[in-house]
Amino acid sequence: MRHIISVLIENEAGALARVSGLFAARGYNIESLTVAPTEDATLSRMTIVTHGDEMIIEQIIKQLNKLVDVVKLLDLSEGPHIERELMMVKVKAEKGMREEMKRMADIFRANIIDVTDCSYTIELTGAGEKLDAFLQAVNDDLIMEVVRSGPLGISRGEKGLGLSTNS
Amino acid sequence: MDLTGAEIVVQALKEEGVEYVWGYPGGAVLHIYDALFQEKALQHILVRHEQAATHAADGYARATGKVGVALVTSGPGATNAVTGIATAYMDSIPMVILTGQVPVPFIGSDAFQEVDITGITRPCVKHNFLVKRTEDIAETMAKAFYIARTGRPGPVLVDIPKDVTDPGVRVPFEYPKKVSMRSYKPVEKGNTRQVRKAVDLMVKARRPVVYTGGGVVLGEASEDLRKLIAHTHFPVTNTLMGLGSIAASDDHFLGMLGMHGTYEANMAMHEADLIIAVGARFDDRVTGKLAQFCPNAKIIHVDVDPASISKNVRVDVPIVGQVKPVLKDMLKFLKERKSGPDKAALKEWWARIKTWRDVDCLKYANSDKVIKPQYAIETLHKVTRRRNFYLTSDVGQHQMFAAQFYPFEKPRRWINSGGLGTMGFGLPAAMGVQQAFPKATVACVTGEASIQMCIQELATCAQHDLPLKIILLNNGYMGMVRQWQEFFYDKRYSHSYVDALPDFAKLAETYGHVGMTIENPGDLEAAYKEAFGMKDRLVFMNVIIDPEENVYPMIEAGKGHHEMHMSPHLSAERELA
Ligand SMILES: Cc1ncc(C[n+]2csc(CCOP(=O)(O)OP(=O)(O)O)c2C)c(N)n1
Ligand SMILES: [Mg+2]
Repeated sequence: MRHIISVLIENEAGALARVSGLFAARGYNIESLTVAPTEDATLSRMTIVTHGDEMIIEQIIKQLNKLVDVVKLLDLSEGPHIERELMMVKVKAEKGMREEMKRMADIFRANIIDVTDCSYTIELTGAGEKLDAFLQAVNDDLIMEVVRSGPLGISRGEKGLGLSTNS
Repeated sequence: MDLTGAEIVVQALKEEGVEYVWGYPGGAVLHIYDALFQEKALQHILVRHEQAATHAADGYARATGKVGVALVTSGPGATNAVTGIATAYMDSIPMVILTGQVPVPFIGSDAFQEVDITGITRPCVKHNFLVKRTEDIAETMAKAFYIARTGRPGPVLVDIPKDVTDPGVRVPFEYPKKVSMRSYKPVEKGNTRQVRKAVDLMVKARRPVVYTGGGVVLGEASEDLRKLIAHTHFPVTNTLMGLGSIAASDDHFLGMLGMHGTYEANMAMHEADLIIAVGARFDDRVTGKLAQFCPNAKIIHVDVDPASISKNVRVDVPIVGQVKPVLKDMLKFLKERKSGPDKAALKEWWARIKTWRDVDCLKYANSDKVIKPQYAIETLHKVTRRRNFYLTSDVGQHQMFAAQFYPFEKPRRWINSGGLGTMGFGLPAAMGVQQAFPKATVACVTGEASIQMCIQELATCAQHDLPLKIILLNNGYMGMVRQWQEFFYDKRYSHSYVDALPDFAKLAETYGHVGMTIENPGDLEAAYKEAFGMKDRLVFMNVIIDPEENVYPMIEAGKGHHEMHMSPHLSAERELA
């Protein structure tokens, strides 16, 4: 099963390497990993998307918790949560094709954030499937470059991952 | 009080109550060595290879329960220490390893003797630190010791760049009285609800087995285990790392389990309806084939490390907590019950166990022509049983013979590399034990291949007057490798013959020790007596043994507990009967 795990980790040199090293050394699957500092500069927040059966996910969570730098974590997939991913796509947009491309962006509620004489850069935020759908909708030959952030997640309602919240 | 970084390192060690540091100097740690030069309260023991520094600190930690400390330089000093760090990590031994590093501005520039040791050791330490400011040394040292000894213990490495210990930089020194980390909160007591659930299963069990590992030794819970066993009359088996946690002479003890465990221990595991695993981790050498492991049993698992639970084997009642308070609670709740474990069922169970015991699986054919390794260990026990005795071991057949044939009555007396299986461990580990207990008798059982991996430490023993007794069971083979080649590779003994051996007795003598060569079974006991009588001398006993003896019983890797190979001698005898 796919799991999305949020981790609060000390913002120390090597902390990211400890997490990625753990996944590599123990052969855990890792689909995406994003990390950035939080409102508290001493903490970073990671979002990890992984796959595995129940026993493996249990081990992943335990092994992450065992890392001395990990302060707290939450398996978002266990409760209601929201996921968003950011994607930037550079597409060919030469004369004659520009209108069509703009319409496509509108349909997907995407933004065109950069324009040159031959290209558009389109920004799109949403669940992973929405981003996939956009890429499928655009003719392969027109796609010059794609960059995706990997999903970010946050739980809904009371529950959450913070130093003071219950998780 | 303002101190230099190097002085702070030394002060921190003293604050932690460190008595000994095993180490080897080099450029990056020269400031620290200079601070040690004036130091009286701390004894530094100069080893001859950094691997030995870590093994010696490790042996000290295993024998005393205190944190062992090693100090090495950057680059090659640090990489030489890695094997010892990994060895300690696999067996959860509390250690702090201080490594020198190139000055902060040079880090990442491939400077002379630079190596990314925090990167290299990340997968084999409990935690590591790179200290970038002199102001941070005290707190980092306090954290390192705290992490090493609490929770599931383990090695912690502190990498200290040379400029951080520069004598020109002084900062105020205050050692933290208490360490508290928001990201590291080791568990204490187990959840009492879970313990009660476990007790429910225990009173219902008809064929229970208590299976305990190194965690009982590390958690100082032997006495609590003994009480629990005395109260329940449950049979108990130990892993290689757990030997001594229950007295070998205790009637309830079935011997070691696993690959070279006893018939009765493995059969009891296979037939059990309840396994109570305490401070053990279901290692593959213990479980054999997972699909066939304890097929009929419910499993209770007590461990301080949640990640150990349900890692290899799904358990029914997980209990995360320090082994000692959990065992105490278990006994308390059992005693509160009106009815205890089912006596009739237990009687029947013990009767079955007796039939397995009667097989006498460790029986061997002794000889009056050639020394059998089993006999060498039995005789060692005979000669040392009344002594305050510690036995370390290297890795191979001799290790298994020692585990099978030396009955350990107390914890922390059997010191060997279980998880990593590191050849070269035995001699330096014994140095650490002897340093901790100068009056005790410390012996190391080894093989002619293993001993050569750290033999240079005979010099350290000479310099520091360590009167170890080294018992080399010399079969001329990497016996354990040869045994596998005999069984699984049609006796193609590819590169497992140890040729060009030195005369070990003479070699020991050139280091200033006493050397002996013993070839006749009839001479062995007298030779041991003579050797152990030499209180102040290291005696190296080169015991020439049967070159092709095998370790039995044996479960092949990937087979079930009931599929044991027994000694051919024993099988023949059984057929005759
Ligand atoms: C550092 C290291 N290298 C290789 C091995 C693999 N190994 C396990 S036992 C063994 C042979 C040990 O031979 P010896 O020390 O003579 O002991 P014996 O088995 O003959 O008693 C080897 C090579 C190991 N455990 N450790
Ligand atoms: Mg040998």
